[in-house]
Amino acid sequence: MSIILLIEQILNGLQFGVMLFLMAAGLTLIFGVMGLINLAHGSLYMIGAFAAAAGAAATGSFVLGLIAALTSAALFGALIELTVIRRLYARDHLDQVLATFALILIFSEATRWVFGSFPLFLDTPAFLSGTVTLPGGILYSKYRLAIILIGLAVAVGLFLLISKTRVGMRIRAGENDREMIGALGVDISVLYTMVFALGAALAGLSGALVGAIQSVEVGMGEPVLILAFVVIVIGGIGSIKGALAGAILVGLTDTLGRTLLPVLFASFMDPSAATTVGSALASMLIYILMAGVLLFKPTGLFGSA
Amino acid sequence: MRRSNWEIMMTMKFTALAAAALAMTFGNAALADAHSGKVKIGLITTLTGGGAALGVDTRDGFMLAIDQAANDAVEVVVEDDQRKPDVAVQVADKMIQSDKVDILTGIVWSNLALAVAPAANAQGKFYISTNAAPAQLAGKGCNKDYFAVSYQNDNMHEAAGAHATASGYTNAFILAPNYPAGQDSLTGFKRLYEGELAGELYTKLGQTDYAAEIAQIRASGADSIFFFLPGGMGISFLKQYADSGIELPVIGPSFSFDQGILQAVGDAALGIHNTSQWNKDIDNPTNKAFVETFQEAYDRLPTLYAAQAFDTANLILAAAGQADIADRDAFRAALKAADFNSVRGKFRFGNNQHPIQDIYVREVIKEGDVYTNKIISTILTDHQDVYAADCGLSD
Repeated sequence: MSIILLIEQILNGLQFGVMLFLMAAGLTLIFGVMGLINLAHGSLYMIGAFAAAAGAAATGSFVLGLIAALTSAALFGALIELTVIRRLYARDHLDQVLATFALILIFSEATRWVFGSFPLFLDTPAFLSGTVTLPGGILYSKYRLAIILIGLAVAVGLFLLISKTRVGMRIRAGENDREMIGALGVDISVLYTMVFALGAALAGLSGALVGAIQSVEVGMGEPVLILAFVVIVIGGIGSIKGALAGAILVGLTDTLGRTLLPVLFASFMDPSAATTVGSALASMLIYILMAGVLLFKPTGLFGSA
Repeated sequence: MRRSNWEIMMTMKFTALAAAALAMTFGNAALADAHSGKVKIGLITTLTGGGAALGVDTRDGFMLAIDQAANDAVEVVVEDDQRKPDVAVQVADKMIQSDKVDILTGIVWSNLALAVAPAANAQGKFYISTNAAPAQLAGKGCNKDYFAVSYQNDNMHEAAGAHATASGYTNAFILAPNYPAGQDSLTGFKRLYEGELAGELYTKLGQTDYAAEIAQIRASGADSIFFFLPGGMGISFLKQYADSGIELPVIGPSFSFDQGILQAVGDAALGIHNTSQWNKDIDNPTNKAFVETFQEAYDRLPTLYAAQAFDTANLILAAAGQADIADRDAFRAALKAADFNSVRGKFRFGNNQHPIQDIYVREVIKEGDVYTNKIISTILTDHQDVYAADCGLSD
């Protein structure tokens, strides 16, 4: 395998990781602050993608589609927080899982009802389509490069929001001691709605960005949701830093595993069998990674005990 | 009192029995007619969750034929399998036991069909496939009560291999998801492909990001690509491939290029060659009427799945007109004779009750605002699957 191909695969892994980070950040934030397991996070991702596709189709502009995705995911996030989710904070995790699973089914069938069963069309914007030549002669998709940059910008923005602003201070306080910050006069329910809407908007952004290079269809959120859970377990539940580290780690492991393992096996096996064994092992790799991390750090890389 | 009552009852019973016996002797035809008033079909397909688009088209194509026939003698029960084998099995059991269906049909996915069809056959019911036709049911595992109207799973891939050879490609890169139908697909492609392989990849089932695979294709020095990625996977692959700047010719089976998928892929699919046994431009009156009436009824163009379901319903309707379902041997013979007007023009079954048919190469084009396919050549004529030889049934 040439060095150029390897660098390209590392970029691919990074892009996949950054996309996972956008999903995992919201999930871990919501769990960290409200102690809520939100299975409907994947539905917010789907809503983002559908809103982007519908918005872009109606206006002809990808950027307007992105804005539609962000606002509608945030709005739906706030809506379900106000109507359903806030009744669940005091309940145990099993009730939360059950109720948010019901939300998945409701959102999926409602989306099918509005948009039909067929996948929607969403294309990359003209100014980001095609490839760009990176130093060293690497041809790389402009759009994927943009996803990496947007994801890293969001990571920096989230970091600043949480460490430098008053809202961020309250979020951190909420993570540490929920009752105390309520007692100190912070309107905890508004804070919760805001955090939930922020997490939802990030999921919506992720869905919209990915929707342009994947299939916008009902049920697209659930496979990503599972990966996002793996990410936050590896990174440490509740930690944004952990979500970033976990996401990049999962992205790189998955992408490099998929390409390197079959090559590795082919060095001592029949190529056709090596492909089968290598691909089978590659699909398990991130779970093996998760098990390995948990073995040595049971609370995840950046988790607090 | 008691005794005389009992006597009366016995007399009545006897009379009833005698009447029944008389009816059996003289009124056979009348009774048989009464029964043939009820061919009950259970349509199990995917109507919710991922892949529902395929099931919805299957149902709509099937019901279009049923509605057009307006035959009171045929009744259809429709239920959702949610694309889950266990749900499909439950629905099938319910249809056989409480709805008392005679025929099961409609399943889109091979893994579901494998869970349902052999069990239905074992309970003495016909299974007539509108789509899935796994190798296991075509060779040694064939059954006199199992018919596939669609194709045998390998057919499209074999045709793609033949087309790659005919196009002069000598170094193809091939990929498919790592599950039984994916492995069958690559095996099928290699069966009629004579060139070298630049690479052979199995991807994760349900994978949506193909950046890593596309990078490998770029580095492989291939002269063409064959892929089998049904549903959303194919949409993702085609969009990402178009964005990668690689301009190698792509060949695929029709599954990634049906009417529903093409609109979501857009320009990225234009010009791609794919193999199919049906297209909306096959020139015969049945097909023309089918495409027109389907569009009128549902306000969209039909997919391959709708066409196959339409053929299946017409096959059953034709058999019901020729034989009584109560006489299973006669009904089976009527099915096997396949004396109906197919949207594919000619239609006949091989010994293993899978079609022997022509397979075409189609090209993705744009008609106005709609992406669709047009036939550019016939790549295999009267093609039969390789498993037929292992099937114990005769023609």
